Amino acid sequence: MFAYIIRRLAYAIPILIGVNILTFALFFVVNTPDDMARMQLGAKRVTPEAIEKWKLEHGYDRPLLFNSEAAGIERIASTIFFEKSVKLFALDFGNADDGRSIGHEIRTRMWASLALAIPVFLVGLAVHVTFALILAFFRGSYLDFWGVVVCVAMMSISSLFYIIGGQYLVSKLLALVPISGYAAGMDAWKFVILPVVIGVIHNIGSSTRWYRTVFLEEIFKDYVRTARAKGLSERVIMFRHVLKNGMIPILTGVVVVIPSLFLGSLVTESFFGIPGLGTYTIEAINSQDFGVVRSMVFLGSVLYIVGLIATDISYTLVDPRVRFD
Amino acid sequence: MTDAALVVTNLRTAIAGANETIHAVDGIDLSISPGQTFAIVGESGCGKSMTALSIMRLLPDAARIIDGTVAVDGTDVLALPEAAMRNIRGRRVAMIFQEPATSLNPVLTVGRQIEEVLARHLGLQGPPARARAIELLEAVGLPDAASRIDDYAFQLSGGMKQRVMIAIALAGDPNVIVADEPTTALDVTIQAQVLDLLKAMQTKRGTAMLLITHDLGVVAAMAHRVAVMYAGEIVETGERAAFFARPSHPYSRKLFEALPGTAPRGTPLSVIPGQVPSLATAFVGCRFADRCDLVHERCRQAAPGWSSLSPGHTVRCFAVEAGTKPPVRAVALPAAVSAAAAGKPNASPLLEVRDLVVHFPIRKGVLKRTVGHVRAVDGVSLTIQRGQTLALVGESGCGKTTVGKAIVRLVAPTAGRLSINGVDLTNLGGSALRERRADFQIIFQDPFASLNPRMRIEDLLMEGMLTLGVLDNHASRSKRIDQLLDQVGLPKVSRGRYPHEFSGGQRQRIAIARALAVNPKLIICDEPTSALDVSVQAQILNVFAELQRELGVAYLFITHNLAVVEYLAHRVAVMYLGRIVEEGEAASVLHAPKHPYTQLLLSAVPRLDGMTRRGEIIGESPSPIAPPPGCHFHPRCIHARDICRGSYPPAVVVAGDATHRAACFGYE
Amino acid sequence: MPVMLWTDALVWFLMATVIVFILYARRREHLSAPWRRVLTSSAAMASAVTLGGFLCIGLIDSIHYRESLGAVKGDGKQAYAVEVLSGLDWMLSDLRKRQEKTYSAPFALHLFQKESLERPDGKIVRVYPRLHHAGKHLQDENELTGDIAWRFASGIVSGSAVAIALVMLGICWIARHAAAPYGAMLTAIMSGATQVRWRPAFLALWVLLIGVGLAASLAPHYHVLGTDKVGQDVLYQALKSIRTALVIGTITTLVTLPLGVLLGIAAGYFKGWIDDIITYVYTTINSIPSVLLIAASVLLMQGYIERNAELFQTTAERADIRLLLLCVILGLTSWTGLARLLRGESLKLRELEYIQAAHALGVTHLRTITRHILPNTMHIVLIALVMEFSSLVLAEAVLSYIGVGVDPTMISFGTMINTARLEMGREPMVWWSLSAAFSFMVILVLAANLFADAVRDAFDPRNAMGRVAAGGTKA
Repeated sequence: MFAYIIRRLAYAIPILIGVNILTFALFFVVNTPDDMARMQLGAKRVTPEAIEKWKLEHGYDRPLLFNSEAAGIERIASTIFFEKSVKLFALDFGNADDGRSIGHEIRTRMWASLALAIPVFLVGLAVHVTFALILAFFRGSYLDFWGVVVCVAMMSISSLFYIIGGQYLVSKLLALVPISGYAAGMDAWKFVILPVVIGVIHNIGSSTRWYRTVFLEEIFKDYVRTARAKGLSERVIMFRHVLKNGMIPILTGVVVVIPSLFLGSLVTESFFGIPGLGTYTIEAINSQDFGVVRSMVFLGSVLYIVGLIATDISYTLVDPRVRFD
Repeated sequence: MTDAALVVTNLRTAIAGANETIHAVDGIDLSISPGQTFAIVGESGCGKSMTALSIMRLLPDAARIIDGTVAVDGTDVLALPEAAMRNIRGRRVAMIFQEPATSLNPVLTVGRQIEEVLARHLGLQGPPARARAIELLEAVGLPDAASRIDDYAFQLSGGMKQRVMIAIALAGDPNVIVADEPTTALDVTIQAQVLDLLKAMQTKRGTAMLLITHDLGVVAAMAHRVAVMYAGEIVETGERAAFFARPSHPYSRKLFEALPGTAPRGTPLSVIPGQVPSLATAFVGCRFADRCDLVHERCRQAAPGWSSLSPGHTVRCFAVEAGTKPPVRAVALPAAVSAAAAGKPNASPLLEVRDLVVHFPIRKGVLKRTVGHVRAVDGVSLTIQRGQTLALVGESGCGKTTVGKAIVRLVAPTAGRLSINGVDLTNLGGSALRERRADFQIIFQDPFASLNPRMRIEDLLMEGMLTLGVLDNHASRSKRIDQLLDQVGLPKVSRGRYPHEFSGGQRQRIAIARALAVNPKLIICDEPTSALDVSVQAQILNVFAELQRELGVAYLFITHNLAVVEYLAHRVAVMYLGRIVEEGEAASVLHAPKHPYTQLLLSAVPRLDGMTRRGEIIGESPSPIAPPPGCHFHPRCIHARDICRGSYPPAVVVAGDATHRAACFGYE
Repeated sequence: MPVMLWTDALVWFLMATVIVFILYARRREHLSAPWRRVLTSSAAMASAVTLGGFLCIGLIDSIHYRESLGAVKGDGKQAYAVEVLSGLDWMLSDLRKRQEKTYSAPFALHLFQKESLERPDGKIVRVYPRLHHAGKHLQDENELTGDIAWRFASGIVSGSAVAIALVMLGICWIARHAAAPYGAMLTAIMSGATQVRWRPAFLALWVLLIGVGLAASLAPHYHVLGTDKVGQDVLYQALKSIRTALVIGTITTLVTLPLGVLLGIAAGYFKGWIDDIITYVYTTINSIPSVLLIAASVLLMQGYIERNAELFQTTAERADIRLLLLCVILGLTSWTGLARLLRGESLKLRELEYIQAAHALGVTHLRTITRHILPNTMHIVLIALVMEFSSLVLAEAVLSYIGVGVDPTMISFGTMINTARLEMGREPMVWWSLSAAFSFMVILVLAANLFADAVRDAFDPRNAMGRVAAGGTKA
C-alpha cells in the first residue's frame, strides 16, 4: 500500500508537467505576451514602446523558452517559461497584474472559501446520503418514486436560480440574513449560512439520485440475501451491510474533491460577495489577468492530484481488499 | 409424520413478469424429518431454487407466495408477520447459497459475520461470541480458525468460503438447513470435502436438510429421500435406494440416460427433445408430454395424479400407472471413430506441444518490478493425432485453459515449442500466424459470452471465412453457412437471427459452427458443456462425436467433468498446478489411475450407486504463484516420501501399455 | 440571400445523421428494440414531444438569410442588409421590431419607470409613459382586462382545436399502421392501454399547442413576458435562446464523440503503452478545474477573434464562430468522462469470449473494434450523450455569468440571466426576464433529463434483463 501511494505521488509529477506545458502553450504561445500587453493597454494606447514597457514591468520581456543572449544556466533560467511556469512547481506564483503577490492573496483568501466550502461539503454529504438511504430503504414505494421525480426536477433547475431565488426569498423578502458580504471570524456564520444551505439544496438532486443507485446496486447483491437469511432486520442490513459497501464507490467520487474545496466556488462566492478564491478567480477572468488564472489552474491540478491520492488512502480505510493487497 | 422438522404443503409461488405471470413453483408438497436429507433435483428453470427461497421467504420483489403452508416444527411460517419470520430465519431455518464468492459481505470479517447471528439469535456478545465463532469455524474444518476469524472473505479460497457459509448457517443452531446447490461452484475434490462436512454436521446435530441440486451424483451421496422437479412441480419422489434402483418418470429416466458416464462409448447419448415449457403457460395435461417418448392421447388432456410404485415411491405419470414399459434404447452404432480417421500413433501427430511454459508476471512495488510469476503452465508436453480426442483434465486454476489459449496463440507462450500439422507456430506472428489460424479453432465455456450479441448468425459464421479467405465468392460461402447450420443441427432460418433468440445449447451449436466454418483440423474445446444442463450437454456431446466421425476433426477437450472424458476422449492428460501428472489411453487412466492425484480426483466424483468413497481428501490446491517444492502434489499425498519433497518426479511408463505415463516416484 | 452559418451546417448535419440512423435502425431488431422500450415510458413520450417542440423552434431558427435591400448597386449586384436573420426572426418579426424604450412588465401598457414628459402646456411631469406597441388596439385602457381574457380564451380554444385535429390525424395513422379499427384505437389510447404511451404524448402536444395558441393570440398585441432594459420583448428573447441552448447541447457532442470513442476504446482495447498515453492525457486534462480550463480557452479565443475581426463579415457570423468555438472548447474539455467509461468497458469486452474467438479467427484489430467492440459500447455512448445534453445547457448559463460564455450579442439563457440579475436589487424587482429564462430552461432541461432517464433505463443491459430472478441454478 505504501509503495502504491509513493507510485501515485511519482505519477503526479508527469501530470503536473503536462499541466504546466499545456498552460504555457495556451497562455504564451497561442496568446503571446505582445497580445497580452495590447489587451491590457487598450486599443488607444498601443505603441511599440508602451508594449515593451508593459512587458518589462510585468516580467514578460524575456524570450519564451531559450535565452540566447544569456550565458550558462541563465540561458534556460532567464526565460518566460522558467520564470512563469517552472517556478509554479515551487508554488511561487509571482505577482498579479496589479502588482500584488498572488501567493499572499491565495493564503489570505482561502479561509473565506473554506468557511463556505467545508460546511457545504460535510452537510451536503450527510444530507444526501441520508436521503439516498431513505429512498433505497423504501425502494419501489410511492415515496421512492416521487423522491426520484423530485430529484430529477431539482437537477433540472439552474444553480443560478437557487442562488437568485434564495437571495430574494431569504434575504430580501424575509430579511433573515444579509444579501451579501463577509466578516472574518465567528461573525462569518450569518453571511455563510444562506450560501451553505443553497449549496446543499442545489446538489440534492444529482447526489441523492446517484447515491440511491449505488445503494440499490448493493441491495440486490448476494451478501444482502445472506444477511436476510440470518434473520437480521432491514435496518441493520441497511446500516451495517449496505451502507458500508456502498460508501466505497461513493468515496471515489467524493474524496477527490476535498482538496479542491480550497478553490471555492466561483459563482456562489461572487453572488454572495464572499472574498474567497472563487471571487478572486472571477475577477481575474474579467480583468483578463492571466497570471492569476494560470496560478489557479496550476493550483487546481495540484489539489486534484492530492485528491486522487487521498481517494486511494481512503479506500484502504473502508475496503479491506485494498488494505491487504 | 407429525414430528417432521419441515413440512411444505401445496406451495405455489408466482413471479409477476411484464406481461405474464410465471408460476415458478406450482404446488409442491414435501416433508423432512430431523436428521434426514431431502434432495430436490432438476434442471435449470424448473423452480427448485424458488422453492428454497419461498421456504425462507426471501423471494425477489417480483415474486409472491400465492398459496400453501410451510411448517417449521409445526409453525406455519407463511402466516407469520415479517418481524416474527426474522426470528425463524437463521435460528430455526438457515440457508446455504450456491456462490460462496458473492454470498459473504466483502467488507466485514468472517468472525463478525458469524457473531452477527450469535448476537441476533442467542444474545451472545463480546468474547463469548468470539469464542463460539472460533468453535464453529473449527467445527467446519477451517484450518487455523483462531486467526482466520479476522480474515475477510477475499482472503479465503472458494472451499473455505463455503465452510464459513456453513458455519454461519450452523451458528443459530437451526433445525432445518436449506442448501441451494452448495457445491456447484466448487471443484470436485472440494465438493467432496464440503459434502462430507455437511453430512457429518447433520448426523451430529440431527438437522433436517433440504438439498437443492442438479447433480444426481450429489443426490446419491447425500439424500435420504429424492424428489425430481420439472416445470414447477414434483414429478417423482421416493427413498434414495428405491429411486436409484428404478427411476420411473420418463423425465427422471431421461436424466439418467443423458449422463455421459452411463452410456457406452460410441453410442449417442439419450437426449430430451425440445425445451422446458414456459412456466407462464396454463398447463392442462402432463407438463412433460411434449418431450416424452411414451406420450399418449390422455397425457395431453389431463394432468396425471400420483401413482405409487412401492411404499413412499410415487410418480406422476399415466404410463407408469398403466404399466407401459419404456422402449428399449436403440444402440449399435458405428464405432466412435472410423479407422481411417483415427490417426495411427506412429504417424506424424497433428498437434505437438513440447515443454510449453506460460508465466504471468506479478508486478509490485514503486517501480512495478516483477516480483514473481503465476506459473499457469509450467512445462507441458502433449501430442494429438489426427481425428482423435485428447482430454485435458484438472481442477480450476491448474492451467488447463491457459494451455488451450496458448495453443491457439491467444496468450503468448513464455517458452516451449508448439507445432500444428508439422508447422512450427512458436515464433510465428502477424500475417504468417493469421494464415495458419484456419487449422486450429477454439470453443469456449460460456455460450452467452461467446457470441457477439450485435451480429446475426450468418455474419458470425461469415466472419472467419472472410478473414481467412475460405471459399472465394459470396454464393459459395452462403451455401456453406446452410451446410454448417445443418451439421450442428440448427434450421436454416437461424441464419438471419440474433444470438439472444437462442438457448444456451443452441448458442453452443452456433459457436461450434463458427469454429467449423474455416475447416479446422483441431478444435480446442474449453469446457464447452459445463454451463449447460445435463440433457443439453448430451445433445452437444453427440454433435461433437458426430462431427469427429464425419469430418475427422481432432479435439483438445478441456474439462473437469470426468464422465464427459470417459464418453468422448481417446486419451486423457491430467493436469495439476501447471504440469501434466498422468497421461494415457482414456480407459487405462480412468479405470486404473496410477498417479495419487488422479486417484483422488476420480474418487472425489460422487457416484450414482451411492457407494461411499474410501480415504479422506486432504487440503486444497496450492497457489500457482508458489508451488510446493518437489512434487507439487506431495502436501496432499498420502504416499509422500522424502524424495517427493526434494525433487519433481520424471514421467515414467506405469502400465504395460507404453503410452500410459505418470510423474510419480511411486513407480520408479 | 441565404446565409449558412457554421453552426447551422452542423445542426442540419446532425439532423440528417439522426434521420439516417432511424431509417437504418428501423429494420434492425437489436437497434430498434431498446428504442421501442423508450416508447413505453410515459415520461419519455411526453418529454419527447416537448423536446420536439423545442427542436422545431431551434431548427427554424437555424435557417439564416440576409434581407435584400432591393436596390441594385452600380456593379449590378443586389445589396443585402448587414443583419443576418433567421426563419424564426421572420416568423416573429412583429415581436422583434416592436421595441419599447426600456423595461415594461408583462401585459403592461406603460413603461416600468417614470420619465419626464413635456405636456403640451409646457409643464414637465414625471409619469409612466404609454408603451409604443403594447395594447395599441385598445380604445380605452380599461378594456385591458377584458381584452386579455378574451384573447386568452381564444388562444386556448384555437390551440386545443389544432391539438384535437392533430391527435385525430395521429390516431388515424396509428390505427392504419396497426391495422386496427379507428374507434378501438381511440378508446385504447384514451384509456392508456396501448403499449406505446400515446396518451401522455398527446397530452403534452395539447399543452404545447395551447402555449402556442396563447402566444399567437396574445403576443402580437402585448408584451406577454414584458420587455427588457433596451425594451426588447422577453418572449422573443426566450424563443431565440432555445437555439443557442440546443446548439451547445448537441454540437459539443460532435467534438466529444470522436475523441471519447476513439481514444477510450483504443486505450481499453490495446492496453499497454497506448493506454498509458491516453490515460495520461485525460488525467492531465481532468486535473485542471474544468471551469478554469474553459475560461482560459475562451479568453484566448476571444482575444483571437478580436484581433482578427476583419475575418467576419457580420456580427452574426462573429457571434456564431464564437458559439462554435465555445462548443469545441466544451467538447475538448469534456471528452474525458466518455473516454474513461469506454476504456473501462473495452477492457471488459476485450476479455470476452466472442472477442477471443475473433482473435482466434485472425480478425484484424480494426475490424474487431468496428464490428465487435464499437457496437457493444454504443449504448454507453448514447446514454452518456443524452445525459450530457442537459448539463451542457445548464453550464452555458453559468459560463455566461462568469463572462466566458457566448458572445454578448447572442441571445441565450445565460446572457438573459446575466443582464437581468443586475436588476435584482431594483425596487420593485424586475422579475420577468429572469423568470422567463429560468422557466424555459427548466422545461427544456427537465424534458431532456426525463428523456435521458428513459433512454438509460431502456439501454442499460442490467435493466433490459429485467430483474426477474428465474429459478436458474447454474451459473
